[in-house]
Amino acid sequence: MFEPSPIIVGLEIGTSKVCAVVGELTAENVLNVVGLGQARSRGVRKGEIADPQVAEEDVRYAIVEAEQMADVEIRSVYLGVSGGHLRGFNNRGVHPVVSSDREISEEDVQDVIKNAKTINLPAQNHVIHAIRQHFLVDGQDGITNPVGMLGSRVEVDVHVIHGNLNRLQNAIRTVKGLQLEVDDIVFTGLASSLALLTNEQKEMGSLVIDIGGGTTEYVVYANGIIKHTGVLAVGGDHVSNDLAYGLKVPLSRAEQLKVEHGSALVEDSTKGQTVTISNELGLPVRTVNLEHLRRIMFLRLEEIFQLIGHDLEQAGALDYLRAGVFLCGGGARIAQIAKLAEQVLQMPVTLGKTNSISGLKSALDQPEFASAIGLVKFGTFQQRKRALKASLAEGIKATFDQLFRRP
Amino acid sequence: MDTSATPNSGIEPQKAGIAIKVFGVGSAGINVMEQMVTRGCSAMTFAAINTDSRNLAKSSATEKIHLEIKMLRGLGTGGDPERGVAAAEENAEKLKAACAGADVIFILAGLGGGAGTGITPVLARVAKETGALVLGFVTTPFDCEGRRRQTLARLGLEALKAAADGVICLPNQMVCKLIDENTSVVDTFRITNELLGDGLVGVWRLLTQPSLIEIHFADVCALFRDRHAESFFAFAEAMGPTRSREAMDKLLAHPMLAAGEMLAESETALVSLMGGPDLTMAEINRVMEHLQRHCEHAQVIMGAAVDESFRDRLAITLIASRKSHDPHAELTEPPAKTEELDTQLLTRTATARPGSRFVPPPPDLPPEQVEQLLKRRAPGSPRSRRNLSKMLQAQLPLEIVSKGRFDKSEPTIHAGEDLDVPTYIRRGVALN
Repeated sequence: MFEPSPIIVGLEIGTSKVCAVVGELTAENVLNVVGLGQARSRGVRKGEIADPQVAEEDVRYAIVEAEQMADVEIRSVYLGVSGGHLRGFNNRGVHPVVSSDREISEEDVQDVIKNAKTINLPAQNHVIHAIRQHFLVDGQDGITNPVGMLGSRVEVDVHVIHGNLNRLQNAIRTVKGLQLEVDDIVFTGLASSLALLTNEQKEMGSLVIDIGGGTTEYVVYANGIIKHTGVLAVGGDHVSNDLAYGLKVPLSRAEQLKVEHGSALVEDSTKGQTVTISNELGLPVRTVNLEHLRRIMFLRLEEIFQLIGHDLEQAGALDYLRAGVFLCGGGARIAQIAKLAEQVLQMPVTLGKTNSISGLKSALDQPEFASAIGLVKFGTFQQRKRALKASLAEGIKATFDQLFRRP
Repeated sequence: MDTSATPNSGIEPQKAGIAIKVFGVGSAGINVMEQMVTRGCSAMTFAAINTDSRNLAKSSATEKIHLEIKMLRGLGTGGDPERGVAAAEENAEKLKAACAGADVIFILAGLGGGAGTGITPVLARVAKETGALVLGFVTTPFDCEGRRRQTLARLGLEALKAAADGVICLPNQMVCKLIDENTSVVDTFRITNELLGDGLVGVWRLLTQPSLIEIHFADVCALFRDRHAESFFAFAEAMGPTRSREAMDKLLAHPMLAAGEMLAESETALVSLMGGPDLTMAEINRVMEHLQRHCEHAQVIMGAAVDESFRDRLAITLIASRKSHDPHAELTEPPAKTEELDTQLLTRTATARPGSRFVPPPPDLPPEQVEQLLKRRAPGSPRSRRNLSKMLQAQLPLEIVSKGRFDKSEPTIHAGEDLDVPTYIRRGVALN
């Protein structure tokens, strides 16, 4: 209430880069991206922190850069989490309507949601998200708000994303070590999908694949709700590693080759072509067979899409995707990757564009910032929800609380 | 463990004409057998073999064979397999006589010591000569027992595999995962013994009980023949109408399977279902479907049997095996091989040299040569050390594909495949 313009910060500690995006809610409740900071990430493997000290340093760089650019002080962040330990599944809650007139009340709805969210998980697992899907009233599917309807039984599905608590704590602790609060942790795949998809695309059914450095996340939307999520601990790092191994070049050189000469498809024209690697003085050091380079990349990327396709097929999610597939993350920069994905998944594939956000245009167009921007967007949703929830009295209390919490 | 104890007590084998004899070799083997005797597997005959007469005296087996040679003076082998081999060779006739008349011979032993490691391969060979089918059930030592015992155990295992029709090997180290911190030593050994005994009973039941879907001994042997280094067993039992699902859940929750991870890595799996007359096909189907999904890469053999005493119950026995993940496995094996080559050169016994040095020749050696090999393994001998280092170098390209930057991170296993290994290598795409 007394905040002139609440800022929302999304922080993603990725395998290849740490990225902080500062967003601002304008008076018209429109999100405006005002700052962006990034740093090369050195302490992360496969989306999880492997060296906390180095990671902390990288996060500090990114945060400081973002603070300078946006000219704000960052106190709290929405933290993106990923890693091969994350799992998503759907859970259903059932609740019988007991009132005499069989009218479904607000309490019934709360109860059924509570039922759906009670999930039997091992103690070391932490539920990151429990996202509500559609309600079912007496078996009738696709109801978004059953309050006031008549029925004897309400059911609701929630999509649960959970992960290993200790591994999640690692990322949180790194951020807390910098005297930053963590507002919430968010699955980065979910964040990317928030940044890329319009409501219409969510309604039509779409698949977002975020090919990051160490992990590949995917999220399926259908009928406006999240149907399926998944993480594959394979990403651009693996492509580089494969190249380093297959072409027998150092990893840094492999990375460079991937960026400069890489492509997701092997064309006939590359047959017999070679690429010359030159050292810093411009002298040729080695030649590398371009076809081999492309073939190694092709096989790895093809496998990623195949694994995703296979998983979606098992989950029965493939048939819902009428809007097609959207790619983001650093991997989306690989030439012709959309074409490869189209071949493997047999549906239209486009490179995702962040939308419905204004601000730094240069930052918004990059596919690798999608998840960080999505984090900010997630933050705005949370903020709005909180604002709605807080009644006047509570609002005042919360404001005072906030005031006193300040150091 | 009560799963296996109940059905077999008092039930005679009903497949006609299979005479089964169980040999417990060495103190560890005798201990396992002791447990089987107390369990009351009346359908089998038991024989205990050891070099140590005191240990033998404690056994309650019907038949006791004391392998005596002058060198030992009635004492144990002192952890030296060489002496075990010598004792067994000297008493080969005695062993042969003991094996006579049996169709199937199970050998129980703990590898790594003197008697178990030394006698077992000889016994297996002798038993095969009498025409019986031989299946070994052995344990390998705990890691803490030291490198030397591990190496001896591995050599013994190789020798046993070459001699027997099939070997099921339970690394004791695996049992450490099953027990908590406070388990006493006695209990730990009891558990390993029980597990091994359970495995034996499971196989025995597969072979002898009248079943709907039969498993033949040949299948079992084919499964466990020199394919693997580690086996694991899991048992589960459930009652009531949802028993198939419950039993399956219990099975998958079995600590031995490491949350299904072991299943995904397994190469072969033997599943035995035991139910009452009310066992339905749908239940079998459900269990098998579930299992197949967990071990996509494994060759699965199943059997189902019906037993009146199992009304309203369902017991699943799973024996699966996988390739060894022990880093020593690759490293310690080759030195033995070099030495073998070396011996061949030195003694000029011009047996055909294997075409490639990496083709593992089955150590099908005359016992004297085995003895020599083992002697040569004695630590401190400059030759062996030189060979070791030489061999380690030659082994480098055979090492599994280096995972580069992912070497130290947790592997990404998807359906049993390590995704950190370049795709083109896993798919065998040649870059020419």
